Amino acid sequence: MGFRRYMVRKVVVYGITFVFAVTLNWLLPRLMPGNPIEAMVSRSGGAASSQLIKFYEEVYGLNQPMWKQFLNFWVNLFHGDLGYSMLYNAPVSSIIKHALPYDIAILLPAIVLSWLVGNWLGAIAGKNKKYDRYTMPLFYFLASMPYFWFAMILVYVVGVKLGWLPYSGAYAPDLVPSLSWTFIKSFLSHWILPFLSLFIVMIGSWAIGMRNMIIYELEADYVRYLEALGASEKLMTKHAYRNAILPQVTGLALQLGMMVAGAIATEIVFNYPGIGVLIMNAALNQDYFLLQGAFLIVVISVLAANFLIDIVYAFIDPRVRASYTEG
Amino acid sequence: MARESRLALVRIAFRNRKFQFGFGLLAFFVIFALIGPLFTPFAWNGLYYENVGGIKIASYGGKTLPPMSHEVITTYTGKKVEVLHILGTNINGQDLYARLVYGLRTSLWIALLAAAIGTVLGITIGLVAGYKGGWTDELLMMFTNIMLVIPSIVLLVLIAAYLSARTPGIQALIIGLTGWPWVARAVRSQTLSLKNREFVHLAKLAGLSDLRIIFTEVMPNMVSYIFMAGILQFSGAILASATLDFIGLGPTTMVSLGNILQRAIAYNALQFGWWWWFIPPGLIITLIITALFFINIGLEEVFNPRLRRE
Repeated sequence: MGFRRYMVRKVVVYGITFVFAVTLNWLLPRLMPGNPIEAMVSRSGGAASSQLIKFYEEVYGLNQPMWKQFLNFWVNLFHGDLGYSMLYNAPVSSIIKHALPYDIAILLPAIVLSWLVGNWLGAIAGKNKKYDRYTMPLFYFLASMPYFWFAMILVYVVGVKLGWLPYSGAYAPDLVPSLSWTFIKSFLSHWILPFLSLFIVMIGSWAIGMRNMIIYELEADYVRYLEALGASEKLMTKHAYRNAILPQVTGLALQLGMMVAGAIATEIVFNYPGIGVLIMNAALNQDYFLLQGAFLIVVISVLAANFLIDIVYAFIDPRVRASYTEG
Repeated sequence: MARESRLALVRIAFRNRKFQFGFGLLAFFVIFALIGPLFTPFAWNGLYYENVGGIKIASYGGKTLPPMSHEVITTYTGKKVEVLHILGTNINGQDLYARLVYGLRTSLWIALLAAAIGTVLGITIGLVAGYKGGWTDELLMMFTNIMLVIPSIVLLVLIAAYLSARTPGIQALIIGLTGWPWVARAVRSQTLSLKNREFVHLAKLAGLSDLRIIFTEVMPNMVSYIFMAGILQFSGAILASATLDFIGLGPTTMVSLGNILQRAIAYNALQFGWWWWFIPPGLIITLIITALFFINIGLEEVFNPRLRRE
């Protein structure tokens, strides 16, 4: 019962966030100075005659009252209609549908694996002062690096200088996506560098978080008590680790936004055909429908991931369940 | 809190090794940004300007020269000037050292402004939410949490793409407007723990207004937290501004660190191996953020003696 209340509360909060994000997405272009239609029309080559602008305003329903525009926006959204991209000459939803798998392919493994490896390295550093002395500055240096800069270094050293791996695109340009062995091999070899550049930089911040938590937990009263009872160091570390891992799960939710930002810029370095490259092209070419669609999809993905993490958290932290059954 | 004890804290801070390292590194880059232009004859855009009867005429250097290369530039009037490209030149023959120094200036300025905006906003919202409690708190925190979940970089891109002329000030403003939630959360939790202390009750009994209590009684007691939150804002702003510039939405009128990196990618500097174009700007960003990290850990140890590990 307590768990259900926790879930209901979370669903309500995420629902409100979603409505807020969509509203923001709708409102921002209308708050900004200048006429986006005019910019789009003149971008696509035509002279921005007043007739043409009027035509487009009618097509996009911009001559209707504000409340109706807002309503239409929602109706279209639920029909999966995110508008039409002038840059790619295709519906925004289909462009995004083709780009999203590439983002998931590099982000998901990078986040999960870096979380595991980072926590492991951080726990060792927290326990062992000698090791900590050398690794801590390294972790901080890693965590300070802009993802895209590290990606550039990787491209330069591994891709250009050593020539070991391809560094542009998601597969060889002469291939067509299919389930053939050659395609998979090409895809994987193009995947390694973008993945590594995210994975290695992410390790830094997880390791720092874990190290600090372990140091904090090892000085907590329950560990002192265990020590007084004569427990082995292994047992003490195990208990400290269990308590330290919880904030790291929360950290996963909090850092997600930063990592998405990193992935967007990293994709640009590798010309990897995910949402990041779409966002850049849309922003530089004033393709506002595509930009707004990309914004929505990123927000929805981050919300969904946060929601998933909240559920996991409720399962692994007995205190969450307890607080809701008692209260 | 007396003046003396605050001075003592500053003295402890400067004796802390981590703080020393971070502060020294940061100070180095700030000083470099300020006096760096003295060591190069080139203007902010990396061009050599000659004054011909009150009009400044630019001349370009050689293309993609490696660092420390000497070159003789022939100016518009035919004068020959020997110049040194400390960090080489880019594809347009612009001096990269000059661009780096002025880019660093822009980036630091934007980050400082953005951090100030974000911190002030966060403090205000956090203080009001924590002190007022009830519905005010619920609503403000709901808003804060919503802003935390929405990835700020896509919001920044969305806003910046609609602005045709982007100045450093505007970039700082939009970064500040999206960066405050972290500060608000930290300040709120501090306010919650402070507002039931005796001195706040006493101030209430003395009939002080809420606003006065918030700013004269509660806020001075969390200066350390505010300071650290401000530093985090600063490093977040440097990263956000570099990412935004890298996507191509940086200031349209000035060079910045992210802007140099964007140009390097656009002109395939990686493929051609012009490392002097893209290594220095990223390294400076990384080192500045590292420095801020170390300042923060150092300060944490100063403010919280339990953490001192000696």
